[in-house]
Amino acid sequence: MILEAAGASVRYPGAANEALSDLDLSLAAGDLVAVAGPNGSGKTTLVRALLGLVPLDRGRVSLDGRPVGEWRRGALAQVVALVPQREETPFSWQVEEMVGFGRYARRGALSPMTAEDRAAVERALTRSDVASLRTRRIETLSGGEWQRVRIARALAQEPRLLVLDEPTASLDLGHEMELFELVRRLVDEGLAALVVTHHMNLAARYADRMMLLDAGRVAASGPPSQVMRGELLSRVFRWPVSVMMLEEGAPQIVALRPEGRGRGYS
Amino acid sequence: MKAALGIAVFALAACLIGLAAGAVSISPGSILAALASPDAPGAAIIRELRLPRVILGFLVGGAVGVTGAALQALVRNPLADPYLLGISGGAGLGAVLAIALGVAGAWSLPLAAFAGGIAAVILVYRLSAVAGRRLDPRVLVLAGVVVSAFTGALISAVLTLSSAEQLRNAFLWLVGSVSGASWETIAAFAAYAAFPLFALFASARALDLLSLGEEPAQSLGLDAVRARRIVYLAASLLTAASVAVCGVVGFVGLVAPHALRGILGPGHRRLLPAVFFASGGFLVLADALARTVVRPIELPVGVVTALVGVPIFSLLLRKSLR
Repeated sequence: MILEAAGASVRYPGAANEALSDLDLSLAAGDLVAVAGPNGSGKTTLVRALLGLVPLDRGRVSLDGRPVGEWRRGALAQVVALVPQREETPFSWQVEEMVGFGRYARRGALSPMTAEDRAAVERALTRSDVASLRTRRIETLSGGEWQRVRIARALAQEPRLLVLDEPTASLDLGHEMELFELVRRLVDEGLAALVVTHHMNLAARYADRMMLLDAGRVAASGPPSQVMRGELLSRVFRWPVSVMMLEEGAPQIVALRPEGRGRGYS
Repeated sequence: MKAALGIAVFALAACLIGLAAGAVSISPGSILAALASPDAPGAAIIRELRLPRVILGFLVGGAVGVTGAALQALVRNPLADPYLLGISGGAGLGAVLAIALGVAGAWSLPLAAFAGGIAAVILVYRLSAVAGRRLDPRVLVLAGVVVSAFTGALISAVLTLSSAEQLRNAFLWLVGSVSGASWETIAAFAAYAAFPLFALFASARALDLLSLGEEPAQSLGLDAVRARRIVYLAASLLTAASVAVCGVVGFVGLVAPHALRGILGPGHRRLLPAVFFASGGFLVLADALARTVVRPIELPVGVVTALVGVPIFSLLLRKSLR
């Protein structure tokens, strides 16, 4: 087991309610877990807690059996890689440099890139399909290319767990599919991945397990068929939804229009 | 490689011009003769006046440039200036107070300025700690602005109460000048600057990551909170030391970092050393200009760096926005 959380709870200073309450989660190699939930339900807090970026109020999160708060940042970065939701830099980095930053934790602050570092960067560029962009400046990339570059940077860390926080926000349909295909492939090659996403339908098709958060609590957790239930999702998202099955077997949801306001194909 | 050579040639040429220019012009041949032997004609001017001035200008210029480049990565804004963080205001207040109280000597003036700068740093640091002890870049900039406004008001108050002679001295010091250079000031500045300068060079790769933002930096394995603290303290010490010996010389921390990022890229391992030599050369050249444009009167070098720096900077800005 790479990651284990038990009763993990986070309360931000001055906040009345916990942002995350009693969360249990375990992730092993080859697991792809999708986390979904309404805005403000604690998804990003969960990511921050798993990476030790926010202190726990109660409970524990451990990596390789060791509490995440006890890890040094450099050692942690060799096990878990994060692709944060938003990221901006004022400088004009080259794609290759950006991906090279993934080696920081393994190189240390002063030593130069070794042949091994260069090989890891090369593998990451290839696996994330951005090798042809290596000399491009990041501000010239499209949204989809930039996401793939950031995933390449995470892969260059050679982590065992990849955490992606809303990786498909602002991506079009083709790039969305491409990204989930990429993550699924990486997981099939032995990585563990946690993907925070609003795309329930894609999550249901690609993830092994789903976790639904509501107001900081786990509303449901398990295989997609257990989480993608109409009555449950309608309650959590405060909007009526209906569930149907794709031919490939994944449940998909459709948000309904209020009674009598459909366009006549109901 | 080509860029490194270009910068080396520029720095060397700037130093030669700095030695040659002044109330009396000295030819390159005589400069070399004077450097080789203390008995050569003009050797006293070169060895006792111009050489210390060129060396101090070069070191201060280089230090301010590197500080600027580092702070721009720290606050993630390529337009950040070392004087933005309130340090120069505090140093200015320290110096003006020393002048007004009549205790300003060759050693006590820099010391008062340094103390004032450090006091301002502590104030800014405490103010920005209200957002938790993380040195949030946005809060840091705002705290710097507030402290600058505060020290500015106090400086005005002290100047209003000063005599005409003190007012002129304080004014000259506030615009920045290398004219106080001597072998002692060089030794004092080098002693203060060596360690923080080394700390910034050693933080080059941390600066790369800091420019990406806290969350990416942390997840890539950098202890961002600690790295930020080191960079901020080193930059503060360097700024205070620079202002203490030369006053406030504006734009040196902006021009070279901005120009060189366009040529070398933003990576700090290559950028910082290049900025050191280019900014050093820039300040020496500006000082040579300050000594000669309205000969025999010397302009404060801060006036020249601003007059030259503003157009260069607006050009660079336009180019980078296009």
